[in-house]
Amino acid sequence: MNELNTMTEQAPHSPERRRFVGAAAAVAGLAVVPGVMLYEVADARPEDQPASSAVRWGMLVDATRCASGCSDCVTACSTENGWTPVAQSEHPRQAPQWIRKLQLEDPLTQAQINLPMLCQHCAEPPCVDVCPTGASFKRADGIVLVNRHTCIGCRYCMMACPYKARSLVHEPLNDTQKPDVPRGMGCVEACTFCVQKIDRGDGTTACAEACAAAGHNAILFGDLNDPESEISKRLRELPTKQVRADLKLNLGVRYHGI
Amino acid sequence: MKSLLALGAVALTTAALAWAGAEAQPKAGGAPVPVITKAAKGEHCVEDTAYMRRNHMKLLLVHRDRTVLQGIRTPKHSLKGCIDCHASEATGSVASAKEDFCVSCHSYAAVKIDCFDCHSTKPQRTTAMNPSHPHAASVSANVEEMAGVSR
Repeated sequence: MNELNTMTEQAPHSPERRRFVGAAAAVAGLAVVPGVMLYEVADARPEDQPASSAVRWGMLVDATRCASGCSDCVTACSTENGWTPVAQSEHPRQAPQWIRKLQLEDPLTQAQINLPMLCQHCAEPPCVDVCPTGASFKRADGIVLVNRHTCIGCRYCMMACPYKARSLVHEPLNDTQKPDVPRGMGCVEACTFCVQKIDRGDGTTACAEACAAAGHNAILFGDLNDPESEISKRLRELPTKQVRADLKLNLGVRYHGI
Repeated sequence: MKSLLALGAVALTTAALAWAGAEAQPKAGGAPVPVITKAAKGEHCVEDTAYMRRNHMKLLLVHRDRTVLQGIRTPKHSLKGCIDCHASEATGSVASAKEDFCVSCHSYAAVKIDCFDCHSTKPQRTTAMNPSHPHAASVSANVEEMAGVSR
């Protein structure tokens, strides 16, 4: 205790401390350079490196550009990830749905809003909190996933999710899965932000690509941690909302125009 | 006495079953042997054959966790890597027919695997990498090499 006191007393004026501060500043200066490089590496990370928390993948949905009646994002997701479109399913009420189009109408003004709803990739995901086996997890780069090797299909996460983003696979898939996207009966699944594409270095998702291809550009995908990324710039300019912001889950998907 | 009788009955049944089984299938030293087809692609496996026979499940287990939890998708020791080389030329799969690579041994060893409840048994046809990705060039070179080997 005495030692501590002497240190704090002499600290502001001591030459030792000044030297230390100088050294610390130099170290910090060096750290900036690797920090900057880290962003570059993280967007197209080497194949043998784990996902890094220097990146946080996120999505900006501009509902003012989302067209009524267009479901290209949903189709692209189902094609990329191999889930059967709900309309083609034998049991549409229990068919898996990774992304869905919503049309909201204000009952007073009849103003309509179109938007895609999908896993919001929360920073504080309730599905991860409740999972009894640890199968529901958040990857270092902010993507919320289900480890199907440990999922027991209890559906607790489906109850916990405020966005109805998760589905259970009720029926055998009979080898119709995509090689990059394993899926199976008895496991819960949801949007993965096209994790197979991210790991490949594409830096975008199937839905964002499809939306841009359709000319709507309502979905922007990118790294929320990189202040120079397109999505960060747009988020600085546009007023955006998180759905159920009151839950304070710090969502990875932000909406403009809702 | 009762237990002795039961034991005798079990022994008889086993012998009868073994005899009946031996008639139906090809045998080496009295037991039916699995059909092991050489991989269609590549010259040798990622590890020695003997090592792979004993330890492929351990390698797969480690790699699976690295892939799911950390996003490391290197082809060596990955299930996708196995399937890419070992898919049968007839069915294009490692587990759809009785004599396909995985099924053949596993039914012989009576080890039930559930890999293919979720994983595709067929190799991916288009593995196009993003050209801006640092590994795109090396991967496409590898693919060309592999194609050259299989020709």
